[in-house]
Amino acid sequence: MTENKSKFKVFLAKLPKLSKKQIITIAVLLVLYVLLAIFTSDNMYNLLTLTIYSAIPLAIVAMGGMYSERSGVVNIALEGTMMFGAFVGILCLSHIQHAGIDGQHIIFLALLIGAISGVIFSALHAFASITMKSDQTISGTALNMLAAGLAIFMGRALSLGRTEEITFSSTHHRISAIPLLRHIPFFGKILFEDIYLISLFGILLFIVMGVIAYKTKFGLRLRACGENPHAADAAGINVIRTRYIAVLISGMLGGIGGVLLIIPTTVSFIANVYGFGFLALAVLISGQWKPSRIMIFAIFFGLLRSIAFGFAFIKADLSHIAFLKTFLDKLPTDILNMLPYVVTLIVLAFTSLKSRGPKAAGEPYDQGKR
Amino acid sequence: MTEVTKKRTCSLKFKTWWRKVVESTGIEKFLATIIAIIAGLLFGLIVMLVINITDPFVAFEGLGAILTAGFSKGVKSIGEVLFRAAPLILVGLSVAFAFKTGLFNIGASGQLMMGSFLAVFVGIKTESWILALISGVLGGALWALIPALLKAYRNVHEVVATIMMNYIAMYSSKMLIEWLIFMPIHQQARPVPTGGQLPTLGLDKLFNFPRLNSGIVIAIITTIIIFVLLEKTTFGYQLKAVGFNREAARYAGINDKRNIVLSLVIAGALAGLAGAVIYLVPAQGERLATKHVISNYGFQGIAVALLGMSHPIGTMGAGLFFGYIEAANLPLQRVGFKREIIDIISASIIYFSAFTLFFQIYARRFINKMRDFFAKIKKKPQLATAEGVEIETLPPNEEGKEGGQEDDRK
Repeated sequence: MTENKSKFKVFLAKLPKLSKKQIITIAVLLVLYVLLAIFTSDNMYNLLTLTIYSAIPLAIVAMGGMYSERSGVVNIALEGTMMFGAFVGILCLSHIQHAGIDGQHIIFLALLIGAISGVIFSALHAFASITMKSDQTISGTALNMLAAGLAIFMGRALSLGRTEEITFSSTHHRISAIPLLRHIPFFGKILFEDIYLISLFGILLFIVMGVIAYKTKFGLRLRACGENPHAADAAGINVIRTRYIAVLISGMLGGIGGVLLIIPTTVSFIANVYGFGFLALAVLISGQWKPSRIMIFAIFFGLLRSIAFGFAFIKADLSHIAFLKTFLDKLPTDILNMLPYVVTLIVLAFTSLKSRGPKAAGEPYDQGKR
Repeated sequence: MTEVTKKRTCSLKFKTWWRKVVESTGIEKFLATIIAIIAGLLFGLIVMLVINITDPFVAFEGLGAILTAGFSKGVKSIGEVLFRAAPLILVGLSVAFAFKTGLFNIGASGQLMMGSFLAVFVGIKTESWILALISGVLGGALWALIPALLKAYRNVHEVVATIMMNYIAMYSSKMLIEWLIFMPIHQQARPVPTGGQLPTLGLDKLFNFPRLNSGIVIAIITTIIIFVLLEKTTFGYQLKAVGFNREAARYAGINDKRNIVLSLVIAGALAGLAGAVIYLVPAQGERLATKHVISNYGFQGIAVALLGMSHPIGTMGAGLFFGYIEAANLPLQRVGFKREIIDIISASIIYFSAFTLFFQIYARRFINKMRDFFAKIKKKPQLATAEGVEIETLPPNEEGKEGGQEDDRK
């Protein structure tokens, strides 16, 4: 009996120690989880799936921004990178599908092509802001304009319909269900039923990139370059090379984010990623350059975004309350569309005062300047 | 005898002035800008070549259309350039003004859209162009006030804040147009009556271009006002001081928060004025459309401001240059290119103008080489009339040579 007790104590000691605050948050989350699992309706599930489709690209792109800014390069070009990655990826997808080849692997191929084109596009930003030591905001803005111009101009010349609208079929690319995992209450229904495999891949990629940035030697070096590049240089880190790698990684994530946004939510790409690159920057800032908070804010903004997209679902659920119904019927859709941007501003107003980004972000590295 | 000395002092004055020009950083910057423009045009040519790989001649035709846009139809083309340049100069001034205070006003588009909505609305309701113009200015200023306050008091980065304001402006101006001044048949706003349109001042007849109006005059007057404000007043000095170093300016007793707010609000007012100038055009002017598109002018304004080195006069020159390229729109379409090629070219010009520091070094080398070259040519005749040569005229050449070598070492 006593032995058992001591064993139990040893087991308790092995558990990570939690503060009172942490225990309370965990308890609240658990209660919320149970409540959600019991009370969520089918319409809510649809809404939440929509949320996933916009939250994952946001999180991935914000992660890209985190890599770049943590290494000391402000990357406003993320919007352009997303657009360029989505443009090339969707263009290839459209042409391959037109040739009669189709299937799950083709979607992943589009993702890969998007990633590669994102890397190529962000190389322009890396060259301007690292080698040429130019103003990073200016170069980023130029690349955003360039991507929009190229996507329309090249789209007209290269798409099948000879217009800037690139169509593709994506309806039958969802996985109906993943065995075992689908039985998890709440999450199983959102994440593992009737879902795009690339969205799940996006979650995995987010976790992997977060671990690389915060738990590996490379990640530590990368963050050192963004805080104090001169000290990093003195410690034997090649600042220029690290920054190049970081910006290219952020380009890769930007390209992937572009494709991840377009494939699940629409059936055509019209040279527009709805300002998600900029929203991702806002997510990055309100998430304080930390992966877990970035994910939370990405889900939050994704939810706001999906309220506009999936308004029908909300209406269906609330229609039995008479006065709400008339209110919702009269609400202009443009107000809903505006919501993510307005809330972003409000969130930023509350989180920015104490926010402290990477110290050296935005400054070109000059060895002679100390 | 007196005449000779007069001539000599005159030439000396000219020479010292010339030396000042050659050695100033201004000329370096100017040359660097020219390099950026050429590089941007070359990139545009490459894109056109890639698109028309089978028929490369079309691409050169396109480039030709861009280069000759300003004089292909004589006075009329000049009129079109001036017409296109007016709003570009104003938006460029908006971005440049914010730049001077260290703020990046990427939200000129949103301010412009709100300004143009208010201007058109008031223009339709009151039929008075002065009131319309003023309300356009107010609309832009109010729209910039929100990010300005957020920046000054809540430390929200103005780039993200103004971008968010762009999207909010896009949706809310669409909503307001549909609500107040909509013409459902054409899916656009109602036309502004003649009383609400800008006066033409006879410019349309002078240049034989019916859409040319007093917008260009407004742009030039505004440029002068902004120049005086920035360069000749205490207020302008304070703004620039905050832009250079916010902490130092505060230490010197300047109210940095007030200056940030004022600078962004003035920038917004300029963008709103640009919006009013675009949409209060007489003859067949542009109409406010209800699409989910952010106005392109704000981004072009960034290009104009960057190319003009954020200096009011430079911005006016850059605005005229972009107006020149914009005038190529129709000729380009005749060759078969859509207007996006213009956007691509202006984007790549900005990209390359971000390299100015790098180009400036080359420009300096080029200037030094040219100077040494001319000095070599001049040396012989100067020595031939040795009696007339004063001591002052010789050293510059030698100095110049040394200076050139020093710069080469960079």
